[in-house]
Amino acid sequence: MLEILLNNRIECVAVILFAVGFVTLLVNPNMIKKIIGLNIMDSACNLFLTSIGFEYGKTAPIVVDGVTSTSAYINPLPAGLVLTSIVVGVSVTAVMLALSYKMYEKYHTLNLNEVYRINHESEEDEK
Amino acid sequence: MSFCLNLPLFMIVAPLSFSVISSVLKGKAARILSLVLNAICLIFNINILVYCLINGGSYTYMMGHFPHPWGNELKISLIETIISSIFSLVMFSILLGGKESIEDVIDHSKLNLYYALCNLINASLLVLVYTNDIFTGYVFVEICTLASTGILVLRGSGKSLAAAIRYMVFALIGSGLLLFGIVYLYNITGNLLIPNLKESIIVLWETGKYHLPLLTAILFITVGISIKSGLFPFHFWMADTYGSGSSASSSILSGVISKAYIFFLIKIICDVFTLEIFNATGVSTIIFIFALLGIVVGSYQAIRENDIFRMCAYSSAAQIGYIYMGIGLGTKESIVASLFQIGAHALTKPALFLSSYRISKVSDGAHKFKNLEGAYKRDMFASICFSQGALSMVGIPLTAGFMSKYLFGTSAFVFSDYRLYLTLIVLVISTILNTIYFTKTMVRIFTLSNDAIKRNDASLQYKIIGIVFMLSNFALGIFANNFIEIIQRGLEIF
Repeated sequence: MLEILLNNRIECVAVILFAVGFVTLLVNPNMIKKIIGLNIMDSACNLFLTSIGFEYGKTAPIVVDGVTSTSAYINPLPAGLVLTSIVVGVSVTAVMLALSYKMYEKYHTLNLNEVYRINHESEEDEK
Repeated sequence: MSFCLNLPLFMIVAPLSFSVISSVLKGKAARILSLVLNAICLIFNINILVYCLINGGSYTYMMGHFPHPWGNELKISLIETIISSIFSLVMFSILLGGKESIEDVIDHSKLNLYYALCNLINASLLVLVYTNDIFTGYVFVEICTLASTGILVLRGSGKSLAAAIRYMVFALIGSGLLLFGIVYLYNITGNLLIPNLKESIIVLWETGKYHLPLLTAILFITVGISIKSGLFPFHFWMADTYGSGSSASSSILSGVISKAYIFFLIKIICDVFTLEIFNATGVSTIIFIFALLGIVVGSYQAIRENDIFRMCAYSSAAQIGYIYMGIGLGTKESIVASLFQIGAHALTKPALFLSSYRISKVSDGAHKFKNLEGAYKRDMFASICFSQGALSMVGIPLTAGFMSKYLFGTSAFVFSDYRLYLTLIVLVISTILNTIYFTKTMVRIFTLSNDAIKRNDASLQYKIIGIVFMLSNFALGIFANNFIEIIQRGLEIF
C-alpha cells in the first residue's frame, strides 16, 4: 500500500490539494477564501495533468542534435491541456473577483452568509 | 464533400466571433445580430438533420485536418442534430419573445452585453452537443457557466447578484469535479476523443484491473454534471437563481443550459463508457435514487412556494429528476425517454417562465399568488399559455409531458424488481403533486373577479412565440412516434 502511494506521490498530493480546494470553495463563506479554494482546486488538476505528461529521462518534444525518435521526447498533449486549464482558471477567477467587488460595493461585506441574511431581512420587511 | 457537412463548424464559430462584435454595438443592433445568428443556427441545424435523415447516419468532422490526438473533432448524428435543433429553436424563441422581460429589467446601456453573452451561450450549447472531445466539452461548460452568470448579474439588483454568486459557486464546484474526472480518465486511458476513449475503456474494463479507477472517473464526472444541472440534493440554488434573474435568463438557464449539460453527460455515458459498463459500476443506481428523491422533493417544495417564479424553479428541479431517472434506469428505452423529456421540457419551461413574467407584470409586478388573482382578465393570452405549459407538465394526453411520462413508465417495465415499482409509484405521486401546485396557480389566475377585461398590451413577438411554444408542445405530444423513431435510430449509431 505504502509502495503504491510512494510510486504515485504526485497524484496523491494532487488529490489532497483538490480535496482542500473543494472543501474551501464549498464551506467557507468568505468570497476571497472561496476564490483561493477554487485556485487550489484548479492547481491540483494541473498538477495531476503535469504528472501524466512528465517522464524521467525524456525531454520536451523539440528536436535537438538530430534525435527524431519519439521515445526520446515526452507527450506534449498534457502540457497543452494544462495551458488550456490555466486559461480557463484565470478567466473564472477574474469573473469571481469582479463579482466579489460588486458584492462588496453593494453590501459592504465579503461574507456570503451575511449577504443572504441582509437579503432575507429585506424580504421580511417587504412582507 | 458536400458544403452541408461544414455547417456545424460555421454554427459554432459564427456566434463566438460575433459575440465580440455584439459587445461594441448598440443594444438594438446587438439584439438583431443575435436573433439573426440564432435563426441561421436553427436553419443550419434543420439542414443537417435532413441531411442525416436522408443519408441515414452520422459523420465526423475533423477540424483543420489534424488527425487524432493533435486535432479536434465534431460528431454529427441524428440525436445531436435533433437536440441542437430544439435548443436553437428555444434560444431563438426566448430572445424574440422575451424582449419585454429583458428590456424591462436590464439597463439599456448593457443590453449589448446581454446579447453578446447569449451568443456565447449559443456557441457553448452547440459545442456541448456536437463535440467529440471531452476536454473541449469541459472548456465550453466553463464558457457557458461564465456567460450564464453574466446574464444573471446584468439585472443589477442585489438579489440577482447574490443569486448569481451562489449559482457560480455551485457551477464551479461541479466544473472542478468534471475536470478532475476528465483528467483522471485521461490518466487511465491516454485519450480524449470519444471513440478512442470508448475503445480503451472497453479493453480496460475487460482486463478487470481497472474497475475502481473507472468507477472513480465516472463518479466524478456524473456528480460534477449533476451539481451543475441541479439534481437533488444540489437543486436549492435554483429557486433563488431562477426567481431573481430576468424571465428570459431563467428560461435560458432552465430550458437549454441545464439540458445541454445533461446531454453531455448522456453522451459520455452512452458513447464513452457504454450503458453496460455504466450499469456495472453501480453509478446508475445512485443516480436513479437521487432522481426519484429529486422528483418528489422538487414537487413538494413547489407546492410550498407562494411565489410563481420560485414555484416554476422547483418544478424544474422535479422535471430534471425525470431526465436523471431515465439515465439511472440505464436502458436504451429509458435513455430515449430522457432525451424526449429534454426536448419536452425545453419547449415547455421557457413558455411557463415568459408567461409568468407577463402575468406578474400585469399584476403590478407581483410574484405572490395572492396578488395574481383574476390575472386572466389582465392578460388572457399569457394565462392560456401558462395553462397549456402547466397541463403539459402535469401530463395531460396530447401534450409532450404526457408522452414523456408514458415513455418513462413503459421503459421501467423492462425490469421486474424494485426499479419498476419505484418508477411507477414516483410517477403517480409526482403527477398528483404536479396537479396540486399547477392547479393552485391556475385557480388563482382564473379566479373570477369583478375587474373589467383589459386590452392586452403584450408585444406581437411574445404572442407569436407563445403560439410557437404551444404548437410545438402539442406537435411533440401528437407526433411523438416520429420523434422517438429518430432518437431510436440515432441511438443505434450514437
